[in-house]
Amino acid sequence: MRAYGERSPYETTERVIRELTASPGTGSSRTPHQDLFGTITPSALHFERHHSGVPGIDPATHELLIHGLVDRPLVLTMDDVRRFPSFSRTYFLECGGNSIGEQSGNTQPDVQKSHGLLSCTEWTGVSLALVLREVGLKPEAKWMIAEGADAGRMARSIPIEKVLDDALLVYGQNGEALRPEQGYPLRLLLPGWEGNTNVKWLHRLQFTAEPAMSAKETAYYTELGKDGKAQIFTFVMEARSVITRPSGGQRLAPGGGFHEITGLAWTGKGKITRVEVSVDGGKAWADAVLQEPVLSLAVARFRFPWMWDGKPAVIQSRCTDETGFLQPTHDELIAVRGLNSGYHYNAIKPWQVSADGSVTHV
Amino acid sequence: MCRSMLWLVAACVAWAQPKPPGAGRPATAEEIKDRDITVFPDGRGLPAGKGTAGQGEKVYKSKCAVCHNDKGEGRERQYPALVGGIGSLAAQRPVKTVGSYWPYATTVWDYINRSMPFDHPRTLSADEVYAVTAFVLHLNGIVDAARELNERTLPQVLMPNRNGFVPDQRPDVKAKR
Repeated sequence: MRAYGERSPYETTERVIRELTASPGTGSSRTPHQDLFGTITPSALHFERHHSGVPGIDPATHELLIHGLVDRPLVLTMDDVRRFPSFSRTYFLECGGNSIGEQSGNTQPDVQKSHGLLSCTEWTGVSLALVLREVGLKPEAKWMIAEGADAGRMARSIPIEKVLDDALLVYGQNGEALRPEQGYPLRLLLPGWEGNTNVKWLHRLQFTAEPAMSAKETAYYTELGKDGKAQIFTFVMEARSVITRPSGGQRLAPGGGFHEITGLAWTGKGKITRVEVSVDGGKAWADAVLQEPVLSLAVARFRFPWMWDGKPAVIQSRCTDETGFLQPTHDELIAVRGLNSGYHYNAIKPWQVSADGSVTHV
Repeated sequence: MCRSMLWLVAACVAWAQPKPPGAGRPATAEEIKDRDITVFPDGRGLPAGKGTAGQGEKVYKSKCAVCHNDKGEGRERQYPALVGGIGSLAAQRPVKTVGSYWPYATTVWDYINRSMPFDHPRTLSADEVYAVTAFVLHLNGIVDAARELNERTLPQVLMPNRNGFVPDQRPDVKAKR
């Protein structure tokens, strides 16, 4: 028996870590989707993206200050937050910079490197709209500035409509407390919105009439178009899908035979309604089976039975969401956005299966 | 009255109270002032203080250059450049820096104030933040070496890419089946 469980010593899959600078705590680690099943990302394998490291916070001393355009500015302890009625929801979380290199042609060799800044979790917390009834929002409050207690005090401005729609204050991750890397003891969760807005180590909410124009919502997480103008406040993650098995770096037994093609699809606009798979480079498409239940704003697992003829093949998936949005090809995306917008890249990702069974990126 | 009746009356009274859970405590004006570090594009939130590029150069050399290099050119594949790229945003390889991309000088002040230096954030005085901001803007040719930046003049600085941002255009990509 073990007081806190560990996986089998034979299981070794792990996140890949990429620091962006020589200073630790500025990079990311990516979820190994090629090795995972189902829809829930184990907490130990949830992707990370930090801008100023991971603070070690004692929950007994952590406070959330709510102020600005409110009638009654308030300080909540973690005990206070947990007194509110709780609920749990399964939502995906995806970094706005997931697959950022794919657009400009820097395609990654495996799905962990190309799509690993995506995870899906059962989160537990409280409705932010409910908590805000305690402070009394003034009608002029149109934005909420959310600030973390990380070293850099990372902050983002959030439109009030989203705050009152489905924003959560989260303290639970897959049935236990948040991991430190996911914002322990408290984070903001904005279902379907780019990861960076889901501020971790949340310690301050300021209600204002206008956005702060913080560094992370102007200099970063904005999308530079072909005309030199950049789109700002592009919050929603649009629909996308990817085959996780077989995928880059894996190897099939040569000679053909049955293989299950499986992967993930998700959209920040609600439910995935359809996933199609092509095994001939995108000429013919056939419907994959979606694992039920398909949850709104969570990843959907799809599966497609494939009798491989043993010849070279290009396999890929594309998804449609409940708004009718169809996942574009790389060429369709760059025709509109050019090569430099980077964030929110959501095009189809093809994998090349060679006759020897090796799988590589195209 | 029997005990159960008393309990019932007490329960009904508690139930009937309109008050919310009553979680938390009121925030004092002092602690709000202490924790609120947000600076807005119109200058709201800026503390009193002042500095010039000349004063900022000394602070920059001792606390910023180790990462961002002597003239704000950054260090390749590591720390971002703070200088250059003005006019390059529509080019094939745009260079996004404080000078070429950031739309507001107040954002530069706010970011230095809250996040820099990376290993000792929030250790600079307000005057030092004004001075370093002035130096970085001067390196980009945006303010003169002698110009004093303070809580009134900083929001008046017009950044080259001030009008370079447009709202979310999506769904912009229409895929064909």
